[in-house]
Amino acid sequence: MKGLDKNGIAKRIAAELQDGYYVNLGIGIPTLIANFIPSGINVTLQSENGLLGMGPFPTEEQVDADLINAGKQTVTTLDGSAIFDSAMSFAMIRSGRVDLTVLGAMQVSEQGDIANWKIPGKMVKGMGGAMDLVAGADNIIVAMTHTNRKGDSKLLKSCTLPLTGTNCIKKVVTNLGVFEIKEGAFVLLEKAPGISIDEIAQSTEGKLHADQNVPEIIF
Amino acid sequence: MSKVVENANQAIKGIESGMTLMLGGFGLCGIPENTISALAASEVKDLTCISNNAGVDDFGIGLMLQNKQVKKMISSYVGENQEFERQLLSGELEVDLIPQGTLAERIRATGAGIPAFFTPAGYGTEVAENKEIREFDGKNYILEYSFKSDFAIVKAWKGDTAGNLIFKGTARNFNPMMAMAGKITIAEVEELVPAGELDPNFIHIPGIFVNTIFQGTDYEKRIEQRTVRNS
Repeated sequence: MKGLDKNGIAKRIAAELQDGYYVNLGIGIPTLIANFIPSGINVTLQSENGLLGMGPFPTEEQVDADLINAGKQTVTTLDGSAIFDSAMSFAMIRSGRVDLTVLGAMQVSEQGDIANWKIPGKMVKGMGGAMDLVAGADNIIVAMTHTNRKGDSKLLKSCTLPLTGTNCIKKVVTNLGVFEIKEGAFVLLEKAPGISIDEIAQSTEGKLHADQNVPEIIF
Repeated sequence: MSKVVENANQAIKGIESGMTLMLGGFGLCGIPENTISALAASEVKDLTCISNNAGVDDFGIGLMLQNKQVKKMISSYVGENQEFERQLLSGELEVDLIPQGTLAERIRATGAGIPAFFTPAGYGTEVAENKEIREFDGKNYILEYSFKSDFAIVKAWKGDTAGNLIFKGTARNFNPMMAMAGKITIAEVEELVPAGELDPNFIHIPGIFVNTIFQGTDYEKRIEQRTVRNS
């Protein structure tokens, strides 16, 4: 993969975290962000199956089948954690209490639409909580590779896959750079180290606004 | 009249073919293991099951799928089950996929006497097709309805003879709202105690919502993703 690896994408998104944030991290690259929370700030992780204040994986002795995250992994609680039912969990999400949501995606459009749950002709597993998360949160960052395995751009004029939500994504971090979605275009905010604007333009099907002097991502 | 029965076989009397059941749990966490086993060993079929997930091939609702007792699943995510996929592709099984928060709220509404509500989840997607859309304060919402379910089957950590329930950890998930949403609610608990032993201040679901309760046995509590750290 050109540019950043998965950990690099996670590390860059971790730089967006602020002290006091409640954050929901999706499965895949977003999960890695928990490993890069900047020191000196306090961030509370929300897991939509009903846990606020998600701790690290348990030790062998701590494993509890009754304590898992939304990815069905065994986890722990922390001092200050709270447990609640699924309706209350999505009440937090829809009412905008969660400050930041980070999701993976298969496609994002220049209008801020996202597709990440269904590929026609393939087994449909379901949307889980993704549609509620994108409809409820104000601050959503998509973490994904810039192109798919075939090399096709995932930053598009309009999504071709079934949508998860419309007009809801404001920021995308890929292996090639950091993009803000604004007025129907992907605005390049930072490029990945060693990546040229030409390379980014070639891999971006949607409208791209890129200043020649755009800075590189600094960790 | 006592709510207490001896075991799952007694609890499921009254569940008939063609009924709609709600079953608690998230993945395999907090599922009513005893009652599912009893249903899988029974003759009931053509069930509509409302449950966030559909179990795995050899555990949870997967056991009922193996026996072809399920006609329709209403869930948010069903990706962990090959038999499910086979029956879905062959047309033997219907599935209705619902955003998880909408599923939770539809169940909550059922138990709260609310027939319908507006939610933003799914607006602009295929989930919104053929549904009423309304704008509030410049944002679009879709109309979603409560469910009708004949039985709700939940799993709690502790319960008492009055039917009061306390859940543990993230095994809580969909169980409390489902306990409120069944026309008849069956609760299986790890520990059943006499009324008076549970502190009323710490009851999660009051006994008014629970019709039948029993102490389950031999909980397997299977873990789907056992993730550990070294120290």
